[in-house]
Amino acid sequence: MTQRLHPRTRRFGTLILVAAVGLLSACQRGVLNPAGDVARQQRDIIYISTGLMLLIIVPVMLLIVIFAWRYRKGQGGTYDPEFDHSTSLELVIWSAPLLIIIMLGALTWSSTHLLDPFRPLDRVTTDPALAAEPRQEALHVQVVSMDWKWLFIYPDQGIATVNELVLPVNREVRFDITSTNMMNTFYAPTLAGMIYAMPGMQSQLHAVLNRPVDDEGFSANYSGRGFSDMRFALHGVDSGKFDQWVASSKGSGRTLDLPTYLQLLKPSEKVPAMRFAGVDQDLYRRILERCVEPGKPCATEVMAHEPMGAGAMPAGRESMPTNKPEGALMKSPGEKGAQPNRNRFVAPGNEADKGPTH
Amino acid sequence: MDQSLSKIIFGRLSWESIPLHEPILLGTFIVVALGGIAVLAAVTKFKLWGYLWREWLTSVDHKKIGIMYLILGIIMLVRGFADAVMMRAQQAIAFGANQGYLPPHHYDQVFTAHGTIMIFFVAIPLVVGLVNLVMPLQIGARDVAFPFLNSLSLWLTVAGAVLVMISLFIGEFSTAGWLNYVPVANLQNSPGTGPDYYLWALQIAGVGTTLSAINMVTTIIKMRAPGMTMMKMPVFTWTALCSNVLAIAIFPALTGAFALLMLDRYVGTNFFTNDLGGNPMMYWNLVWIWGHPEVYVLVLPAFGIYSEITSTFTGKRLFGYSSMVYATVVITILSYIVWLHHFFTMGSGASVNSFFGIATMVISIPTGAKIFNWLFTMYRGSIRFELPMMWVVAFMLTFTVGGMTGVLLAVPPADFVLHNSLFLVAHFHNVIIGGVVFAMFAGMTYWFPKAFGFKLDEFWGKVAFWGWVIGYWVAWTPIYIVGLMGTTRRVSHFNDPTLQPWFVVAAIGALIIGVGIIGFVIQVAVSIKNREKLRDTTGDPWDGRTLEWSTSSPPPFYNFAFTPVVSDLDAWYDMKDRGYQKPSGGFRPIHMPHNTGAGVIISAIAMVMGFAMIWYIWWLAALSFVSLIAAIIIHTFNYNRDYYVPADEVEQVENARVRPAVAGA
Repeated sequence: MTQRLHPRTRRFGTLILVAAVGLLSACQRGVLNPAGDVARQQRDIIYISTGLMLLIIVPVMLLIVIFAWRYRKGQGGTYDPEFDHSTSLELVIWSAPLLIIIMLGALTWSSTHLLDPFRPLDRVTTDPALAAEPRQEALHVQVVSMDWKWLFIYPDQGIATVNELVLPVNREVRFDITSTNMMNTFYAPTLAGMIYAMPGMQSQLHAVLNRPVDDEGFSANYSGRGFSDMRFALHGVDSGKFDQWVASSKGSGRTLDLPTYLQLLKPSEKVPAMRFAGVDQDLYRRILERCVEPGKPCATEVMAHEPMGAGAMPAGRESMPTNKPEGALMKSPGEKGAQPNRNRFVAPGNEADKGPTH
Repeated sequence: MDQSLSKIIFGRLSWESIPLHEPILLGTFIVVALGGIAVLAAVTKFKLWGYLWREWLTSVDHKKIGIMYLILGIIMLVRGFADAVMMRAQQAIAFGANQGYLPPHHYDQVFTAHGTIMIFFVAIPLVVGLVNLVMPLQIGARDVAFPFLNSLSLWLTVAGAVLVMISLFIGEFSTAGWLNYVPVANLQNSPGTGPDYYLWALQIAGVGTTLSAINMVTTIIKMRAPGMTMMKMPVFTWTALCSNVLAIAIFPALTGAFALLMLDRYVGTNFFTNDLGGNPMMYWNLVWIWGHPEVYVLVLPAFGIYSEITSTFTGKRLFGYSSMVYATVVITILSYIVWLHHFFTMGSGASVNSFFGIATMVISIPTGAKIFNWLFTMYRGSIRFELPMMWVVAFMLTFTVGGMTGVLLAVPPADFVLHNSLFLVAHFHNVIIGGVVFAMFAGMTYWFPKAFGFKLDEFWGKVAFWGWVIGYWVAWTPIYIVGLMGTTRRVSHFNDPTLQPWFVVAAIGALIIGVGIIGFVIQVAVSIKNREKLRDTTGDPWDGRTLEWSTSSPPPFYNFAFTPVVSDLDAWYDMKDRGYQKPSGGFRPIHMPHNTGAGVIISAIAMVMGFAMIWYIWWLAALSFVSLIAAIIIHTFNYNRDYYVPADEVEQVENARVRPAVAGA
């Protein structure tokens, strides 16, 4: 018996060491060393909650090891087979976790409201010198997740980019976020926590970068074949450089007109960064309302047509063009298609092979 | 015309659906096929068909059904683990220019299959199997309330598992994650067979699980031995009750969500589509209304197993029995109102998020109380560190960490940076491996002698134990760490080379877990070989405390010649204490159910129907649907369902068995 518990305790020590070293190296990364005030507050919440929980977790784990060791058979520990109830002990074992959860619950309630991504920021910086300066109006960026790249529209600047997000530091940014098809999450760890990008729906994020960074963002929600490489570059620059960048983008020549957008809409992977000198001011709304394609009615128009009476079909439903396929039972034999097995293993390092396309 | 005819006959099935182009898959298929043929040949050669059919396939005996559930779970564990190793290997090498050996389309199926199999065809069958095997014995019953339904539940689950296995060699499996998320699983985005395999396999298996839950709840409510009031029920039975009540409440939500998605895919409705008023978010809500309570469906019986083992191996009454029961009931109720914490980041608003976050944290209070109760059961105990108890201590240390990271994820602002990260993936493997899987091995080791009449080999048991425990920590600690660095789940290729060492360590951990799995298989094989040496002649090898240990090992098919009368919580301990003598005469006829093949037949037809629907073979689907209804109707006309075992046969059986240890000895 003596032999048996030794390796366990020793291994436990090693594990703590490994975990500590790991955490230290993790500290250098986006989540635990962010450039944005929101992400930093979220990191602090992680630290505070972990600390609160360790107040109870550490004693419990120690007691498990001590009791398992102390009361092993034949080692002279007190043996009391009828000890199965103690009101005072039970009071402690219910109230100790309760107290921790009350504290954590209070922290949760306030921090969830304060850090709600839909809520405009209270402060853009913790630096008192900068905070004293008059606050600039929030920069507005429209974010569209596409299969499988990110489209960023700067409506006030009249430019758009793909897979490249440039933000001025110390200025609040309001992101309006939607998707063309799949559900993704818009996530740049160094900036702020993630929020879903969903088709036909809009979510919002308010955030700020507090120092210049060259980092990246990505989708953190699996969205199909091209998901792994659905990454965008994130550059935090000072406001002078930001204006320069806007001006140079405006001079880049290409505009994001309808044919270009429809081309972009086609599924593609590992898309290099692109810039567009001009963009239709109404494009984001039409993406959100799912009516970019010519002839497709916008969601609000469909709702406006809908009669108030219950159960009636919206007008024009039958003629509504969509790219949605028919249900399988409605298909003629020729339309059933085939399902070849396309799975394969490839030699590691084969860059070209990205599997089948739909 | 030929083309059209073949589409009518075979739907979208063709030679291309079989991976003839891929030597590894083809090789696996050939090995599986040859293995299957060898098994079938051996069964034929040794003339075992009759035995198998009479004693196992048609059996309505809850113990045999439990054992078959466990075998299904272990077989599928090996498949699910093979998927896990493939994923770990891919993530250990796919950095920078190296794309790894799995193209994304293949990798996506591997992680989808891994999750689906591990929850639906490993965890559920293992839990249901142990409840089936042990619970009726614990409450002093001779079988479950609906023996035929029990057989049907098992075979429907098997049918689902077979469909998932078929997808490996014919067509493709879903790429939409273990809950088959829309929009990825929409007809528009996944027109192939993948989501259909998923939906039909889980619908068929889900009917089995729901029926089984109804059966178990009825059994516990109606069939307890005289004197066993609710507050004298063993804790494992209590947790089985709560778990199955949960299952009855939640599985219809999952079945409903899947049915709506099926309508979307087969009829062209718009419940979860992006256009025409559909809403994919609704699917996420519905599946997680099932999904979160499902965690407790699995982990509550696990808690019950730990309670039984702790009490037995410390030689003590369980500390705080009633607070344990209340904790279980409170967890059952709370688990219904926390599902939204799976998508705080969908933007429900701060008040909704806070409510679900705090509700989630509150669950940690009764769970914490449980940990304390096991802790104080060890206090002033006389702990025998045999295999089951080793699993309990490993569980307590491992699970506590998983509980802590779980509460952390319940704080919405923290979840905003950790949602969908590998930190989350490490958390749920922490609680599912550390909580459920450890319990299954503890429980199988603990009750194996009851089921088969001999103990499991200790040495190989320790190999399995240390393989799992060390393997778990080596595999998942690095995943926690890369999660904190902001690494996302379900990624098949990374750009950042500094992450690679962590994934290499994780892959090594997976291999150590592999040692644990192989150790368990060897343990069973070695134990069967040495069964005479490991034989338990007493029926009570661990000095147990509950009624299952009062009958012989293995128990006679009717479990108890006389229904025990219960006057204490630890009923068998109390009987031993009062010098219980096993009756040797005065046997009476016993009322027992007949075996029936209806469960196997109905499930086989359901499986064919599922296959036909997946492949758009409408004529076969219609034919099998009609046969399914016909088979059910025919079975209802079978009035020869039960019989009496004559008293002298009972006497013969009882005398042939070695008497269980007499109390006081």
